[in-house]
Amino acid sequence: MSTLAADFADLEPFSEWCLEFERERYAKRLSSTMPELQAFYDAAFPRLEAAMEYLDQYQLDALPDDAKHLLWLCYSLVNVSFPAEVWRQPYVPDSGAARINVIVEPAV
Amino acid sequence: MPHFAKPAEGSWTEHYPQLGTGPVSYEDSISPEHYELERRAIFARTWLNVGRVEQLPRVGSYFTKEIDAARTSIVVVRSADDQVRAYYNMCRHRGNKLVWQDYPGEETNGTCRQFTCKYHGWRYSLEGDLTFVQQESEFFDLDKDDYGLAPVRVETWEGFIFVNLDATDTTPLREYLGELGRGLEGYPFDKMTQVYKYRAEVGSNWKLFIDAFTEFYHAPVLHAKQAVSAESQKLQGFGYEALAYKIDGPHGMVSSWGGMSPPKDLDMVKPIERVLHSGLFGPWERAIEIDLPPAVNPARHRAWGIDSFLFFPNFMVLIWAPNWYLTYHYWPTSYNTHIFEGTCYFVPPRNARERLQQELAAVTFKEYSLQDGNTLEATQSMLESRAVNEFPLGDQEIMLRLLHHTAREYVADYQRGAPTPVAIRS
Ligand code: FES
Ligand SMILES: [Fe+2]
Repeated sequence: MSTLAADFADLEPFSEWCLEFERERYAKRLSSTMPELQAFYDAAFPRLEAAMEYLDQYQLDALPDDAKHLLWLCYSLVNVSFPAEVWRQPYVPDSGAARINVIVEPAV
Repeated sequence: MPHFAKPAEGSWTEHYPQLGTGPVSYEDSISPEHYELERRAIFARTWLNVGRVEQLPRVGSYFTKEIDAARTSIVVVRSADDQVRAYYNMCRHRGNKLVWQDYPGEETNGTCRQFTCKYHGWRYSLEGDLTFVQQESEFFDLDKDDYGLAPVRVETWEGFIFVNLDATDTTPLREYLGELGRGLEGYPFDKMTQVYKYRAEVGSNWKLFIDAFTEFYHAPVLHAKQAVSAESQKLQGFGYEALAYKIDGPHGMVSSWGGMSPPKDLDMVKPIERVLHSGLFGPWERAIEIDLPPAVNPARHRAWGIDSFLFFPNFMVLIWAPNWYLTYHYWPTSYNTHIFEGTCYFVPPRNARERLQQELAAVTFKEYSLQDGNTLEATQSMLESRAVNEFPLGDQEIMLRLLHHTAREYVADYQRGAPTPVAIRS
């Protein structure tokens, strides 16, 4: 069974990035190699505009499962954009031992 | 050549002569003895923001707040008569912590009809009355009226809930928040209910993180890599100057320009920002239009981007030009550790596009904070070496002067035996 709608079958190989919580997305980013992050970014970034158009046919609080998964994948893309576009490494430069965790995040 | 006008005295700092212009000692940030005094002189007797009314949506909604610096825990609740009330989080039988989940040291929240102690089952109403004593007949002339929960003074301002652990301090909250507080009234905080909250344990004195967030002098340097390189070089060449600073008693604010929302030149921002129309400054398109209250953008400058208000001791409110806001809290846990909380508040998004714009702003906030937090530990460790004891502060660091000056004054007042903090008015 596929995770995403047929229109986004090309992103299916990256469906492990469909993660509901920021903590999971950030942990996956930190435990990925730069080539893995880059591959995800290169596949997903060109599809971001289309994804938003697809998602915007629904109410945010009434997303069908495939759309919800697509939205979560877009959240991961936002998270991974920093390593891909600026840091060139999974973690924030000069952040060493610093940790900051999300303790409240939006339900959708 | 300054880009923005300064006061007639020639500098912001000299406009507030009580602050002086000499080098500043940071002994207050590395001395365990000074910290012990701050705990009693500041955290046990000033108005502390512990949350917002949206965290108490209905009767019985409650949350706990650990205030380590005052060695206490409180519980804040919406009572049956629809009041926000606060109590010491302590059972009157033998002092067990009343409200907690699995770990007594962790904050919690929820909804309940009454509070029941885990130890021997004494119960308290939402109004703090002792309503049930297990095996009451075994006790000796116990009058339940004498054993209600110990109340904590609580007041709300613009939906922000403050407590004051000093029962003898009668300064009303609104008066305490002064001119800057009044100047923020009317901002639609209540419309911004989409919340992201972050928490970090930081290895530095609480004031050092406030220092980092009340000056932007560091931004073009420490955060250079956040911008594309051409933009970053431009920013470093320009340096940083605020539009305005305002100081009122112990509180202060810095008003800043912000050219990134939307950017003049799209090549100057990251690709994801170009697609999402969002970034550090938030979504480029404003979710709602707001008539800014008088304290915001006091210079009424067209290039205005963000204002940072510091309400002494540990509460900051940041108002962004694209119409969202942030709060920061710094809760000391020892002289060289504290818990930092950063909370982003947006107007609830109407669709996935707006949701993703907010996600980018929130994630960007986190990336910046990681860099800020890490620098602090490096600073703390070297300050503690005491190799150097005094540090020069520039005019763009006036808020740091204010903070350390105010903290020292509160401690001095306390040592003089002043019964409640003397409001430090300029
Ligand atoms: S300590 Fe709470 S019931 Fe005994
Ligand atoms: Fe910073």
